[in-house]
Amino acid sequence: MKKMNMLKMALYGAAMIGLMTSGEALAEGKKLVLDGSTTVGPLAKAFASYYTKTTGVEVTVSESGSGNGAKSLINKTCDIADMSRAMKENELEAAKSQGVNPVQNVVALDGLAIIVHPSNRVKGLTKEQVRDIYTGKVTNWSQVGGPKAPIVVIQRESNSGTQDSFKELIMGEEKVSEKAETQASNGAIKSRVASTPNAVGFVGLAFVNRSIKALAVNGVKPEVRTVKDGTYPVHRKLFMYTNGQPTGDVKKFIDLPKTPAGKRMITEIGFVNNY
Amino acid sequence: MNGDSPATAGRSSAFIVSARKRKLQKITRMAGESTLFLIAAVVAIIVLFIFYFVARDAVPFFQIRGFSEFFTKTDWYPADDPPRFGALAIIYGSLMVTAGSALIAVPMGVSAAICLSDVIPFSVRQYVKPIIEMLAAIPSVAFGFFALVILAPLLQNFGGPILMWTWWLIASPFLLLAVIVVSELLSTSIQDDSRRRVVQRILVAVFGLLSLLFLFFVGKHLQEIQILTGTNALNVSIILSFMALPTIVSVSEDALQAVGRDLREGSYALGATRAETIVKIILPAASSGILAAVILGIMRSLGETMVVWMASGNSSHVPEPWYNYLESVRTLTATIAGDMGEADQVTGSARFHVLFAMGLLLLVISFISNFISERIVVRQRKVLSGQ
Repeated sequence: MKKMNMLKMALYGAAMIGLMTSGEALAEGKKLVLDGSTTVGPLAKAFASYYTKTTGVEVTVSESGSGNGAKSLINKTCDIADMSRAMKENELEAAKSQGVNPVQNVVALDGLAIIVHPSNRVKGLTKEQVRDIYTGKVTNWSQVGGPKAPIVVIQRESNSGTQDSFKELIMGEEKVSEKAETQASNGAIKSRVASTPNAVGFVGLAFVNRSIKALAVNGVKPEVRTVKDGTYPVHRKLFMYTNGQPTGDVKKFIDLPKTPAGKRMITEIGFVNNY
Repeated sequence: MNGDSPATAGRSSAFIVSARKRKLQKITRMAGESTLFLIAAVVAIIVLFIFYFVARDAVPFFQIRGFSEFFTKTDWYPADDPPRFGALAIIYGSLMVTAGSALIAVPMGVSAAICLSDVIPFSVRQYVKPIIEMLAAIPSVAFGFFALVILAPLLQNFGGPILMWTWWLIASPFLLLAVIVVSELLSTSIQDDSRRRVVQRILVAVFGLLSLLFLFFVGKHLQEIQILTGTNALNVSIILSFMALPTIVSVSEDALQAVGRDLREGSYALGATRAETIVKIILPAASSGILAAVILGIMRSLGETMVVWMASGNSSHVPEPWYNYLESVRTLTATIAGDMGEADQVTGSARFHVLFAMGLLLLVISFISNFISERIVVRQRKVLSGQ
């Protein structure tokens, strides 16, 4: 009998713990979960700490890449998916089949900077030259007005939104050469280019600093001004996708770019404000 | 009979267990045995389950795309439209870095094990072995970070000199040994002692000079090499060899210790030197254990993911020429880790299943090498026991 009682108690305990945890999960609006692009990540984190400070709502931000962000939104494991590209046709279909209605919200603009080692003589390239370097047609810096040295081409993993944007904005139908090295994040590309004299890579504008040199494309330098007025040719929109039209805390969070504080954060991180 | 039967019964009653108790004993024994058997079986079942689930998701890939593209083509564009799944370059990359790390780790590891077990004093060994084994405790991401942030720029900036010094360090003792042995062999035919000594000295001087020139010229060539990118097969091979070293050293040192004092002392008693004892007695006797150590170390290199992902450069092409360790490569493990994020069942099924095909390939390779090592160990044991 005693054993039976113990067993019952254990069962009740387990059930109570189960109820408590599910209750926590049900308390929506008290916690925001963001997942997705490593490009949007720094901005989402800045927004998150600001939002938590002003409203007390807990916000968690994961950076697992745009593709994973979309996946999380489809699987309903996040409230907002940070993405550095628009959702693809097959992702939208997958969302629909899961009963999720992804809504696109533009939070900022971003220029993709083509970066080289600071010691590189080359100051600018045309879009075609960048493409030829990445297809492997141009293999030496001397072919584009630089020193006589082979080019080390660095790209992003195939699950990166930055890689998708690069393919869309620069490569078009062409393929990136098989010889191109592959790195897993903006930061990794930056540190590789900063330590490799003959390397070329691409990162979001927010990641440009003194350790590397951003090249002008078609004669236009990647700067806040040139991205905003659209003269810098390699720029894109950054999105936060929500399930359905944003409401409540999600809406307040998504609308941060319209506030002065949000605008300041966007500029501080190095993106360009859309509003 | 009748008279002493109660006495017998009384005396042995301590040993005769009642039927009920015997039954209980049998049940508990069976329960104990089956629990132990179950626990042992779980391990085997886990392996079978992994095999089954990996194979189950790998088969659809081959059904969709066939075998020839995966094994014979080198263009790897899984995200493109239409996708390309040529994995030959990636398979080659895996084999290349594994071979490279084995080339560094096996001679180093076995020599270190010999040194630990037969050369240095026991009291020193007690301190050195735990330090070597500590290498195994360093997380692989720390190794990867080291490779990416320290070793890669180092190779880029000082690649030539590093290669040259490594060449000098490795080649000069071997050449010195070769010069001495060759001059000794060439002069054995001379009968007169003093004349032989003179000829020997001249030969040593001539060959020594020649090999010094050889060392110098190769070194100069190596020094002129500009390593274009530090995240390459060489970088990964070096780091992987560090990671395989503790396994190889530790397991082969155990094998050398297991040879025992009697063989060693027997050898010394017959007048063999320490070098002869090590090379002719201990190493052959411990060879199966050393082989097991080597296979374990190689499996460690083949299966390592984080380091190769961070430090190999991940470019999916076969280096030109094929033995060029200074180019970036991509491995099976890094591809699985890197592409997993996008390759969901939701988006593109071949893309998802190809990663399982790679996992299956890795499993098959490790099963085959385990099987081969097992066979060699068994055969070796037979040879040693004189059958």
